Parts: sequence; C-alpha cells; structure tokens
Amino acid sequence: MAVTRETAAAVKEVEQYKYGFVTDIESDKAPKGLNEDIIRFISAKKNEPEWMLEYRLKAYRYWLTLSDEEPAWAKLHFPKINYQDSYYYAAPKREKLASLDEVDPKLLETYKKLGIPLLEQQMLAGVAVDAVFDSVSVATTYKKKLEEMGVIFSPISEAVHKHPELVKKYLGSVVPYSDNFYATLNAAVFTDGSFVYIPKGLRCPMELSTYFRINEKNTGQFERTLIIADEGSYVSYLEGCTAPQRDENQLHAAVVELIALDDAEIKYSTVQNWYPGDADGKGGIFNFVTKRGACRGKNSKIMWTQVETGSAITWKYPSCILQGDNSVGEFYSVAITNNRQQADTGTKMIHLGKGTRSKIISKGISAGHANNTYRGLVRIGAKADQARNYTQCDSLLIGDKCGAHTVPYIETRNPTAQTEHEATTSKIGDDQLFYCMQRGMTQEEAVSLIVNGFCKEVLQTLPMEFAVEAQKLVGISLEGSVG
Amino acid sequence: MALLEIKNLYASVAGKEILKGITLKLQPGEVHAIMGPNGTGKSTLSNVIAGRDGYEVTKGEVLLDGEDVLAMAADERARAGIFLAFQYPVEIPGVTTSAFLKTALNAKRRQEGKPEIDAMEFLKLVKAKTAQLGMPYDMIKRALNVGFSGGEKKRAEVLQMTMLEPRVAILDETDSGLDIDALRVVSEGVNSLRSPDRAFLVITHYQRLLDYIVPDHVHVLAHGRIVASGGKELALELEAEGYAKYLNAAA
Repeated sequence: MAVTRETAAAVKEVEQYKYGFVTDIESDKAPKGLNEDIIRFISAKKNEPEWMLEYRLKAYRYWLTLSDEEPAWAKLHFPKINYQDSYYYAAPKREKLASLDEVDPKLLETYKKLGIPLLEQQMLAGVAVDAVFDSVSVATTYKKKLEEMGVIFSPISEAVHKHPELVKKYLGSVVPYSDNFYATLNAAVFTDGSFVYIPKGLRCPMELSTYFRINEKNTGQFERTLIIADEGSYVSYLEGCTAPQRDENQLHAAVVELIALDDAEIKYSTVQNWYPGDADGKGGIFNFVTKRGACRGKNSKIMWTQVETGSAITWKYPSCILQGDNSVGEFYSVAITNNRQQADTGTKMIHLGKGTRSKIISKGISAGHANNTYRGLVRIGAKADQARNYTQCDSLLIGDKCGAHTVPYIETRNPTAQTEHEATTSKIGDDQLFYCMQRGMTQEEAVSLIVNGFCKEVLQTLPMEFAVEAQKLVGISLEGSVG
Repeated sequence: MALLEIKNLYASVAGKEILKGITLKLQPGEVHAIMGPNGTGKSTLSNVIAGRDGYEVTKGEVLLDGEDVLAMAADERARAGIFLAFQYPVEIPGVTTSAFLKTALNAKRRQEGKPEIDAMEFLKLVKAKTAQLGMPYDMIKRALNVGFSGGEKKRAEVLQMTMLEPRVAILDETDSGLDIDALRVVSEGVNSLRSPDRAFLVITHYQRLLDYIVPDHVHVLAHGRIVASGGKELALELEAEGYAKYLNAAA
C-alpha cells in the first residue's frame, strides 16, 4: 500500500512539473493566472507543433518585460487590470439555460428589434438547443464549395496543422509578437480564430463570415485572425454580430492580420456589439484590439469598415501599411458611445509605396456621459511619391455631458504627397428632433433617423445583409439618450 | 363639433407672455388665414399648436375633434393629424427625402394599425404625388432640405403634407422667401389638398399668398390677440391700409 501511495505521489509530482498544476489534459479548465506552464498547457491542448509553442513562449517572455508599458496614451480611464486574475484557457462556463424564458427580457427585446430569428436568439443567449440547425448544414455545404475552389477557411488552430507553411510565413508578419502590450499578450495565449487563404486570381463568390462558426466552440477572448489574399484575388470578410452576445470574459484582446498581394483586395467589415456595461458604467467588455493589414503587392487594396457600438472600452486602430506601389487603404468607421462607454479608435495609414492612396471616414457619436475619441495617423514615407490621403472626421454629440475628441497626426516626408483633413463637430439639434416628431416620428425614431443619416457614408460600405441590421443597431444603441 | 378649436389660449416664451387669449374655431373644409405684422405671435401660435418645446401654455385649450391637444407630445399631435409646414424647414443631412417620407408615413400607419408600407407601393405613391405637384421625382433621392433652394424646401413641405394627408394643416409663413413661380407651385399643391374634411390655418405676413390660397376667413393678430375677423376682403383691406390701425387699437 505504501508503495502505491508513493508511486501515486510521484506521478502527481511529475504531472505538476509538466503543467505546474494538477489537472488532466482532458480537462477543459486551466487555473487562473498566467505563466509559462499555462502557455504550454494551451499549446498542448491544441496539440501544436514545437514552432508554435516557441512562438507563444517568445511572446510571453517579451510580454513580461512590458509590464510597465501597458498603453496609457489613449483617452480612456479604467482600473488597472490584474492579468493574474484571469483565465487564459476555457473560462468556466455558465450552465446552459433551459429555455428563452430564463433569458433577461431586455436582451430578448433587443433581439426582437433587430429581427433575429428565434433559433439564433437561443444560440446567442446561450440556451441549450438539441435541434440541428439549418444554418449549420448550409455552412457545411458552402464550406465544401469553397474548398473545391481552393479557398481555405478554417479555425486557425486547424490551419497550424494543415497549412503550417502559410501560417509560419504570415503569422506575426503584419502584427509582430512584439508590437504592443495587448498584441504580445494575444500572441502568447490566443486560443483560436479564423484563417483564410484565397488562391491566386479567385474572386471569392461569397462573404466569409464568422457567423458560420456561431455554434462552434467559443473562440474566447484572445482571438487571432489571419487572412491572406493571393495575387489578383478578392475576399470580403464579416466579423461580429449585431446581436449583443453573452460573454463572461471582461478582457478581449484580439489580433487581426491581413495580407494582400499584387492586385488583391480584402474587404473586412466588423460589427462590434459586446456588452457595454450598465448605465452607470458597471461591467462591460474591455476591447483592446490590434488590427492591421499589409498591402504588400502593387495595386492591392484593403478596406476596413467598422461599426462599434458595444464594449465599455474600445481601443482599436485598424490600419493599413501601403507597401505596394499604387496600393489603396480605406477606413470607414462608426463608433457610438452612450452612457459611460469610452471609445478611443481610429486608424493608421502608412504610405511606403509610390502612388499609394488612402481614405479615412470616421463618424463618432457620443451620448450620455460617454467619451469618443478619433485618433489617427497618416504617415507618408520618403519614397511614397504622389501619395494621397483624404481624411474626414465627423463627431455628433447628443446631450451636453458627453465628449468628442479628434487627434489626427499627419507626417509627411515626401514633398509630392497630398493630404487633406476635414473635421466637423455637430449636435443633434432640438429643431431637427422637433421637425421629425412633427411628422409623427417618436423621439427614438427621430434620433435613429438623424444618426443613421450622419453615418450613412460608412454604413453603405457594409455588405447588404449587415447594413440593414447595423442601421437598426444604431438606433437601439442610442435608446434613451435624449432626455 | 369644430375640427380644431382654440379656446382663450395664453402662452409665454421664457416668461414673456406672447399669446393673450386666442379663440378660433376651424370647421372641416375651411381655410383660415391669420395675418399680422412681425412679432405679434403668429409663429408662437403655430408652434404651440404643434407642441414645440420652449412654449408654456398658461391658460386655455386646444382641441382636435374635442380631444385635448395640449396633453399630447409633439409626435402624438402629428399622428393625430396636425401638420405644420415650417417657415424654415430643417436640414437632415444624409437622410434622403424618400427615407424621411417613408419613416413618417409608417409612423402614421402604425397609429392607424396598418402594416408598414411595402417598398414598391411606397415608390409608386411618391411618384404619383410628385407628379401631381409638378415636382421632379429625383428630388426624393436628395438629403432632405440639404442644399435645397427656398422654393424646393417649401415644395418638400407640401409633398410631405400631401403624403401624410393631415386633418389640420398649419402653414407658417409658407410664402416667405418664395418667388412668384414657386409661390404658385406651392399654392397649387395646397389647393389640391383642400377637402371637405380638412382644415387649413394659413399664417402669413402678406396678402399676396391669399391671392392663390383663397381663405374663407381672415383674422388679424396683433399683440397676441385676434383684433379683427372677416372674410377674404379683410386681407385686401389690410394690403391697402396696413396694420397700423389694429396695432394702435390693440396697444
């Protein structure tokens, strides 16, 4: 008996050494906190090759040196985050709810307003559903079709195994592991995300959407996306969902990398509607996202469109590096902050190649006690002859307790470059509201109509099916903002 | 019962009394003109009826079909059938005239328990109404009132009125800033809406508009009171003699 007990203890010790904690590799849980063992655990869980683990560890070790370099330059205020107090792999899941009756009626009301079908409502709200979804089989059919055309659209964890040469070549090539505090953290602990490769000359015939992954495993708070458009190809990718999604993780730090080769075009659209916290600013997601695209090839194009209505804090600057001659970068943004929400968002357009062009259209809307900042950089390098940029930043204020801020940086090192910057700040006028209401619209309808008009230039760049929902979302986000 | 009844209405703006006991009855099918010099409360009257913020009613009543209008919010009044054609129509950037009309029309339909209008049906309706008013159809694709000329703005007001078919339409200085051609187009639009179950309250400074929109009754407003009422000939008399006599009498 004594011997067996000893053996057991020894085995236990070995296990502890390996993972630093007593747990079964089959377990879905890792304890709170962050250390090399957790990273090894994540990597082991995903059965990753050695090079991937090395990449993660390199990032982690670098991250440790950044402990005092959490970005503080943004106009955002939040308590210091204790990174040892988070789960980095499979946070404990809440019990599935038995039916929609158990879901917060306010959430259901929002789903109804957005016109979301019942089955999707159940999925989004985390209700256990046994039925096989039509959408799943539809997704499978499409996936097969895409495969036949040579499109790779898979979880990034799968791509690490199936297409290591592509992942190795491009992962971290746009957002290096050492890029910034949050991106470094992501590189160390990312759990999953999407991988897309569009082969040469193919115009991807359908919008690729994370929507298809809706009932696949929760990709979690550290999402990693990598999209490569090979020469002459085109792809439109949709991320997010207009419906408010349930999520237990407060901290989100995603990284998205886009690569467009010669004559390729990537259109990346996001609708972000994570939980914004309550009216007093309690709770809500902290969204620290690094998104960047590289126009590597000549005549390539990357277009970012974002509609940011959720999260307590948004820290996000989808950017373009215009390396290829005559490449084009575009950024269209609507950021809505209400109640106590804070958003510091914008873009960077880095012109390196000749004849590169960029366009920035940013629409910020603040209501309640919210603060909304546009922060942007247009940099024109010495070799970027004839580069051009046009920037337009418009802010709309609702009420007199919110703030709108614009922080544009323009750096030009080439005398042939042209940059233009226009900015406006306006308020929803009482006369506009009265005019709409005199035509029979409720106050909420009036606000929604006026704000949608303000954002129109951006919303119309969204793919059709997203645009309609986004318009409704704009109205819903601002409910109760006019007293 | 009168369609719109204003009983002994007193109203002030920022503590200053502007309306000092207005009484008016509009029967269905009637057109009433309210004339008077600037600063006598003409626009205050229209804003108070429509429910604009910033006007305090201190006394009196406004009834639509016997219903208490003053108890309703501005949008409820609109859906109950009160339409105000603005002296200065407001610009709504980024919102096409078409989208605006559709939202307004659907608000009214919701009130009537009807479903939202079908997109094709809506376009057919707008096409018919713009043609009826002799307006270019392309106008509905432009952002409402943004970059519109004075005449276009007033025509857009009449188009909205035509689409929404109100019970009572108030025209607040609709003639201001219009040249003679625009005035004729707008007046024809208004005249085509005259009907036995609708009433108009035409507020104007000049008699000129009343050559085109011929009123059944004319009232003179001075210092917040109606100081004279008569038929359409009263407007001509004012044109010839001016307001001096009424201003002095009321002061």
